[in-house]
Amino acid sequence: MTAQTIQESKKGRRFRLWWQSVWSRFDDVPLLGWLVGALVAVGLEYAVGRPFAQLLGMRKSPALFGFLFILKEPWLIPSAIVYVAVMYILPIAAVAKVTAAVANKTAAAMLRISTLLSVAIHLVLLYAVLHIWTDVLPYRLIVVKLTLIAIVITLSLNVVNGYMGEFSCSHPGFISLGAYGASVVTILLFDDPGPWLFPLALIVGGIVAAIGALLVAIPSFRTRGDYLAIISLAFTFIIKSFMENMEFVGGPRGLGGQPNWASLPVVFVVTIIAIWVINNFVRSILGKALNAVRDNEAAADAMTVNTRRTKMTAFLFSAFWAGVAGGLLAHVLAFINPASFGLQKLAEVLAMVYFGGLNSVVGSIVGAVSLNLLGEMLRPLEIWKWIVIPLMLILMMIYRPTGLVAFKEFDIVALLQPKKTTKGDE
Amino acid sequence: MTYFLQNVVNALQWGSFYALIALGYSMVYGVLLLFNFAHGDVFMVGSYIGFFVATGLVGLSATGIITLPYWLILVLTILISMILTSFVGMLIERVGYRPLRDAPRASAAITGLMIGIILETLNLIALGAERYKFPELLQSQTYDFMGVSITNKKIMIVFVSLLLMYLLNLFVMKTKWGMAMRAMAYDFAVVPLMGIPLNTIAALTFGLGSALAAAAGILFGTAYPVMDPYMGVTIGWKAFVAAILGGRGSIVGAAVAGFILGFIEIFSASIFPSTYRDLIAYSIILLILVFRPHGLFGQEHTSKLRL
Repeated sequence: MTAQTIQESKKGRRFRLWWQSVWSRFDDVPLLGWLVGALVAVGLEYAVGRPFAQLLGMRKSPALFGFLFILKEPWLIPSAIVYVAVMYILPIAAVAKVTAAVANKTAAAMLRISTLLSVAIHLVLLYAVLHIWTDVLPYRLIVVKLTLIAIVITLSLNVVNGYMGEFSCSHPGFISLGAYGASVVTILLFDDPGPWLFPLALIVGGIVAAIGALLVAIPSFRTRGDYLAIISLAFTFIIKSFMENMEFVGGPRGLGGQPNWASLPVVFVVTIIAIWVINNFVRSILGKALNAVRDNEAAADAMTVNTRRTKMTAFLFSAFWAGVAGGLLAHVLAFINPASFGLQKLAEVLAMVYFGGLNSVVGSIVGAVSLNLLGEMLRPLEIWKWIVIPLMLILMMIYRPTGLVAFKEFDIVALLQPKKTTKGDE
Repeated sequence: MTYFLQNVVNALQWGSFYALIALGYSMVYGVLLLFNFAHGDVFMVGSYIGFFVATGLVGLSATGIITLPYWLILVLTILISMILTSFVGMLIERVGYRPLRDAPRASAAITGLMIGIILETLNLIALGAERYKFPELLQSQTYDFMGVSITNKKIMIVFVSLLLMYLLNLFVMKTKWGMAMRAMAYDFAVVPLMGIPLNTIAALTFGLGSALAAAAGILFGTAYPVMDPYMGVTIGWKAFVAAILGGRGSIVGAAVAGFILGFIEIFSASIFPSTYRDLIAYSIILLILVFRPHGLFGQEHTSKLRL
């Protein structure tokens, strides 16, 4: 130990060691403990956040951990740091540490009764955290909603680009089809629609997108190679142009006035269902067949995998979820127009998939959340944001070409497990 | 008939732009088996470089130190901007693609997209949202030929682009460098073992493609003078589709398909309402690709190529 410390006298090393020693104190905190800590923190912010912020000289609570102050009001950065430390970091750390023992026991007990129960309780906690956090400021609500939708979009694209190993550029088209399909149901078809219509509208959006996907899939899966990339790109152009020419959905002016049904619980539930279904899909036999097709199509064919049908199913499945996400997006924004589903959307979606990691459900969640939050946090950089984010992605591609968390299975049970205390091991 | 011929002239003009840009995509694909998605923005950069060179040269002759006739300024603008833009292309290859030579093809595609966004944003930061207007180097003259009005600009555009394509063909077919490029396109893995420097050839390919894109940018500027930072996005992706239509990696194919795309677009806009142009043009391309999946001039690939 001593010989090592003499060698490692660099400042960075020391910081890393210090960081590790701090972090290792929280080795025994299970996910449940973190969630309880977060709940306490957001509850505290809900109760005393505003007066505390005013005490520190801010008009209201910093929306996204104080990042929005960087350029506009830089003198508020120290207060933002204090705010984040007192409101989030300290309560979370304290509660997580204090409740660690109880949380571990509870987590173990819940898993013993039923995995489903454990998952449900964790989700309820997560929802409560999000709900209270977004209740403080309306701006947070829209950010969280859009982030959740981005998760669904990224996951659905990862099925094609990651698990199937093709390069599809048609997702803006699918999102557009889903958005328009769902909006037509909720706005144009019924005179006095009730919220019960919303699930139906989302499913219709998904099915419309899947039918559109058929147009791409039939020609492009007849041949091998990267023709999907080109055909799907042409498809995105075609859908955009098609929507611009359909006068009954507003043409190039777009379609607005979607009913306000995409509340946070709805978006949250749809996102959870999407994650659950897609995770089960990629871990099923079909998902494994998909991986086999990606790695070696001829060999997969020889091993009795029906490659064409596998690819078709996966592609339509992916398009369906993109369509559902599109329907949600339309109702969150309450306005859609063809121009917003163009090449810019394509770059955005592809960036989230490749940043987060291919062939990985966790990766998609990480990619969607980090790029979305980053996009909002870097908003004060204004135009420079579009230099910083692409540069980050380029560096990511150079040093980690497959993304942050690539090729990992999403094991929910392992995530919910109680953590063993390190002291017990020694 | 007159209407038809008028459309042919327009189609030839647009086809020249598409063909010149598509050549860049196709050459890079031929050598490195990847699509340079930043190429449309290289076109934009070329156009802006051309703008500055042309403005500078016009200003230089206005001061009276050297008086240059406008046709000479145009030629010089095209040549200087081609050289400068080829350096931009080589820089993109060095920064964005060379570190990713062994990475999955899709990673390189993402890098290309991101470099494109950076180029657009840098332009916005450096020049602001103001629209620049390309200086008028060629006094517009309209000839009447059997009822078809042809401007001298259109003749110049088609002529210059055909000349550049001919020169490119000469370079690729007759010179040692061209032979190295063709060899690399033939076998990407083995040829470097024969002592052909892969990095040099890759840089050369990017440089050549970017130079052609710059020429297209200047020709575009003479025909449609108002420039904006996002001018390369749509035209670049369309040229990309043309490169595919011609057959990946086929130089002749890219040139021919560029003109075909021009014809499809102009004629679908003239027959149907012009808002349907993209819808019809891309549907036709989709149909062509269904029946000829490897493009018009491409060779059929049996193995799976990753993007």
